[in-house]
Amino acid sequence: MSENKINLTLKVWRQKGQKDDGQFKEYHANDISTDASFLEMLDAVNEELISKGDDPIAFDHDCREGICGSCGFMIDGNAHGPQKSTTVCQLHMRHFKNGDSVTLEPWRASSFPVIKDLMVDRTAFDRIIRSGGYISVNTGNAQDGNALPIPKQDADEAFNAATCIGCGACVASCKNASAALFTSAKISHLGLLPQGQVEKDKRALRMVEQMDAEGFGACTSTGTCSASCPKDISLINIAKMNKDFLKASLTKKPEAHAGDGV
Amino acid sequence: MAINLDSKIPSGPIESKWKNHKFNMKLVNPANKRKHSVIVVGTGLAGASAAASLGELGYKVKAFCVHESPRRAHSVAAQGGINAAKNYQNDGDSVYRLFYDTVKGGDFRAREANVHRLAEVSTAIIDTCVAQGVPFAREYGGLLSNRSFGGAQVSRTFYARGQTGQQLLLGAYSAMMRQVDLGQVELRTRREMLDLVIVDGKARGVSMRNLLTGEIESYEADAVVIATGGYSNVFYLSTNAMACAVTAAWKAHKKGALFANPCYTQIHPTCIPVHGENQSKLTLMSESLRNDGRVWVPKNKNDKRPPQDIPEGERDYYLERVYPSFGNLAPRDVASRQAKFRCDEGFGVGEGHAVYLDFKDAIQRYGEDKIAERYGNLFQMYDKITGENPYKMPMKIYPAPHYTMGGLWVDYNLMSTIPGLFVAGEANFSDHGANRLGASALMQGLADGYFVLPYTIGDYIANTKLEKVTTDNTAFKETKNEVETGINKLMNIKGNRTVESLHKELGRVMWDKCGMSRTREGLQEAAQKIAKIKQEFWNNVRIPGEVNYLNPELEKAGRVADFIELGELMCKDALEREESCGGHFREEHQENGEAKRNDDKFCHVAAWEWNGDNKPQTRHVEELKFENVKLATRSYK
Repeated sequence: MSENKINLTLKVWRQKGQKDDGQFKEYHANDISTDASFLEMLDAVNEELISKGDDPIAFDHDCREGICGSCGFMIDGNAHGPQKSTTVCQLHMRHFKNGDSVTLEPWRASSFPVIKDLMVDRTAFDRIIRSGGYISVNTGNAQDGNALPIPKQDADEAFNAATCIGCGACVASCKNASAALFTSAKISHLGLLPQGQVEKDKRALRMVEQMDAEGFGACTSTGTCSASCPKDISLINIAKMNKDFLKASLTKKPEAHAGDGV
Repeated sequence: MAINLDSKIPSGPIESKWKNHKFNMKLVNPANKRKHSVIVVGTGLAGASAAASLGELGYKVKAFCVHESPRRAHSVAAQGGINAAKNYQNDGDSVYRLFYDTVKGGDFRAREANVHRLAEVSTAIIDTCVAQGVPFAREYGGLLSNRSFGGAQVSRTFYARGQTGQQLLLGAYSAMMRQVDLGQVELRTRREMLDLVIVDGKARGVSMRNLLTGEIESYEADAVVIATGGYSNVFYLSTNAMACAVTAAWKAHKKGALFANPCYTQIHPTCIPVHGENQSKLTLMSESLRNDGRVWVPKNKNDKRPPQDIPEGERDYYLERVYPSFGNLAPRDVASRQAKFRCDEGFGVGEGHAVYLDFKDAIQRYGEDKIAERYGNLFQMYDKITGENPYKMPMKIYPAPHYTMGGLWVDYNLMSTIPGLFVAGEANFSDHGANRLGASALMQGLADGYFVLPYTIGDYIANTKLEKVTTDNTAFKETKNEVETGINKLMNIKGNRTVESLHKELGRVMWDKCGMSRTREGLQEAAQKIAKIKQEFWNNVRIPGEVNYLNPELEKAGRVADFIELGELMCKDALEREESCGGHFREEHQENGEAKRNDDKFCHVAAWEWNGDNKPQTRHVEELKFENVKLATRSYK
C-alpha cells in the first residue's frame, strides 16, 4: 500500500428533491490518497463543502464493505464505476489517474425516483420481495436441519443467486430499466431448493406481477445487468424465472374454495 | 431512585430453567393477541426475527429501521458463521459444551442461565434457517458443513461461504416481509428513534425522525423492543457500518434504562490495517480465516524483508507458540492482545502496526481452488482494498473495534429496568460477558428474536394492566417537543467544526486510552479530553442544511453527541473496574500478559443509572453466581 496523492475533477448531478430540476455541477477533489475508497474521496469533498457553508453531496452508503447494497451510482456511465464485480464503496482511487475528470449520476430509472443528488428510492425492490420472495414457514415449525439433504451443487447454485445485494445496478444499467435480474435471483434461489418447491409457481407469478406493477421495463436479454452486477449474478437466473413463470401461467389451477368437491 | 437489579433467573437446575420458565409464563390467547401491538426498532438479525415471530403469533407489529430497506442492516456484513450445538461432526459437542465454552470465553462475566438458554435454542435456529431457505454450505452428501471458530475445540460453526450474516439476515428479512405482506407487520424505513415515550412508568411508544422529511413522528404500542446493535463507532474507526449508533439505546438510557458494562468492547484481531487520514471505516477479515491461516511476525525486530524472503526459522508463529492447545484459534481478546504486544515490541510488519496472516501452508495442502471455495469473497475483498493478492502474499492484519458486549441491562426475560422496554441482540448486555466468541453474535441475535422475545413479551402483556394509550397523550407531545428542541439546539450552534472532525477526535481518544489496553492515568486523561471535545461540540459544531429535509449531517451530529456521552461513561466504567477480564485489559492487572480477574471484588455486572445532564451516573451492581462452570483462570495454553 504505497500512498500516492491525486487530484480529480468531478461533475456531479445535484438535485434537491424528486420534484426539483437537477443539473451537473463541477467540484475539485484535491490531494486524494490512492489508498482511499471512492466514497472516502467523496467524504473529503463533502468536508470541504461543509466548511465553506455549501450543501454536501447526498449519497447512500453504509457498510462500506460491498455487502449492504446501500451505495451505488453511475461513474462515467458505468454502474458502480469501471471495476468489474465491485461496489462503489470497494472501488479504490488507485484505479484513477491524476487529473482525471469523472462524471457522477444517480441510477436512472422511473421506478427509482431520485431522493436527492445521487440518492434514489429503491423500495420497489422490497415490495417485490414482499410479494413472494420467501418460504412460508413459521418460527418453531422446522424439522432437523439435516433431515433434508440437498445436493451440494443445488445448494451452491442457490447460494450464488442468493448473494444479490439489491443495489439496483442491474436496473440502472439496463436500457429498459428492467428488474429481471434482481427478481429472478430470488425466484431462482428459492426455486432451486427443495424447501421452495411448494410455492414455486405462485412465487413466480406474484413476484413477476409486482415487478411489472412497479413500472420496471421488460427484459430483452442484452445482459448488461449481469455484466454490471457487483456480485456477478448470472443471466441464467432470468431464463429460470421465465421458465417458472411460463410453466406457472400454463398450469395455474383455480384456488380451492370451501364447498369445492363436496 | 431505588433500583432493584433482579435478574429474574428461574429456579431449578440449569438444564430445566428455560423449559420450566416457558411453561410457567402466562399466555395471551390468539384472539387477544391481535389487540396488542409491539414496536420493534431496528431490523437486523434480532429485530427482523423478533418482528417476524411476533407477527406470526398474531401481534400487531410496527417495525422501524434507519436504512432504506431492512435488508441493509449491518448484520448483513457478518462473515464467518453461526454456532450451534448440533454435534453433526461427532466431535464431542453438546449444549453443555457450548454453554461451557461461552461462559469461559466471556471470562466469567456473563449470566450462566442466559448463556445456557442460548446454547439450548442454538440448534433450533439452524433448523429454522434451513427451513427458510438459507443456503448454508453443504458437503457432497448433501448434509450441512461445519468449520471451527476461536475459543472452541469442536467444529460447530455453520456458514454460507464468507457471507453468513447476509444469508441469515435475508432469511429473517424475508420472514418479516411475509408478515408485512400478510398485514401483521407495518414496516417504516428511514426512521431513526430519537426518544422513548413512557406512560405511567411503562414504555409505551417512540419518537421517530422521518429521515426524508425531518418530521418527528409518534408511535404507540403495548411494548417496545430495541434491537439497534452495538456502539463500536464510538471509536470512529471500527468494522461497524457508518449508520451504526448508540442513539436509540442511549435515549432509553436517559429515560431510565440502566446501561451495563459499557467498557466491555471487543477488538477483533484480524482487520485490514489503517491506511491514512481519509479512512472512514475498517474492514474485518473473518475469524474463520484462522482455520487455515497462520499468524506470524518476523523473529527479528524491524525486519523489512518481504515475507517470502523470511525463512521459516526466522518467523515467530506466536499464537501457536504461546497457546499450543488452541493455536491460531485462540479467542479474540487474547489474539488481539498478542498482536498488540508483538507490534509494541517492534516486531510489527508494514508500517509497524500489522502482523501476517499466511495461507501458504493451507494452499499447499488443499490447493488454491479449495481455499477460494472457503474464503473466495474475503480474499477478493482484501485484494480490492489493499491492492495485494493474498493467494501470493500473506495478508497484513491488525486488531480493530468490532463488537460491544456491554449494552442496556436486561433481566432473564430481556426486559430492561423500564417495564415494557425489551432489548435484543448486540444492544443488550447479557450473554457474552467480557468477551464474545466468534460466530456467537448471529446466534444470540436470532435466539433473542425467534425464541426468547415471542415468549417473554407475551408473558409481560398477559401480566400487565395496559391502559389504552394514543399518541394524543401528553407524554407523546412532551417527548416530541423535547426531541424538536434538541434538534433546534444542534442546528443553532452554527460553529466552524464539522461533525466528522469531532467524531474523529473522540475516536482517537477512545482508541488510545480506552481501547485494547487501559490504565488508570490514561482513563483519567481521556475523561478530561472528552470533556473538552464535548464543550467544543456544543459550542462549535457546524451542521449545514435544513431541519425539515433529508440532512445526513444532522443525523450524524445527533449520533456523535450521544457517542460523546457514552465515551465518558465507558472511561468511567473502565476506571472503576479494577481488574482485567476478557476485552477489558487494565495494564495494572495482569499476569504474564494475560488478563487477571478479581473475582472477590468484581464478579458482578456494573449497571449505570443516568442522573441528568452533566451529573455523574450511579453505579449499580448485579452479582454473578457461577454454580455450574467453576470460576477459574481462563487458559488457552
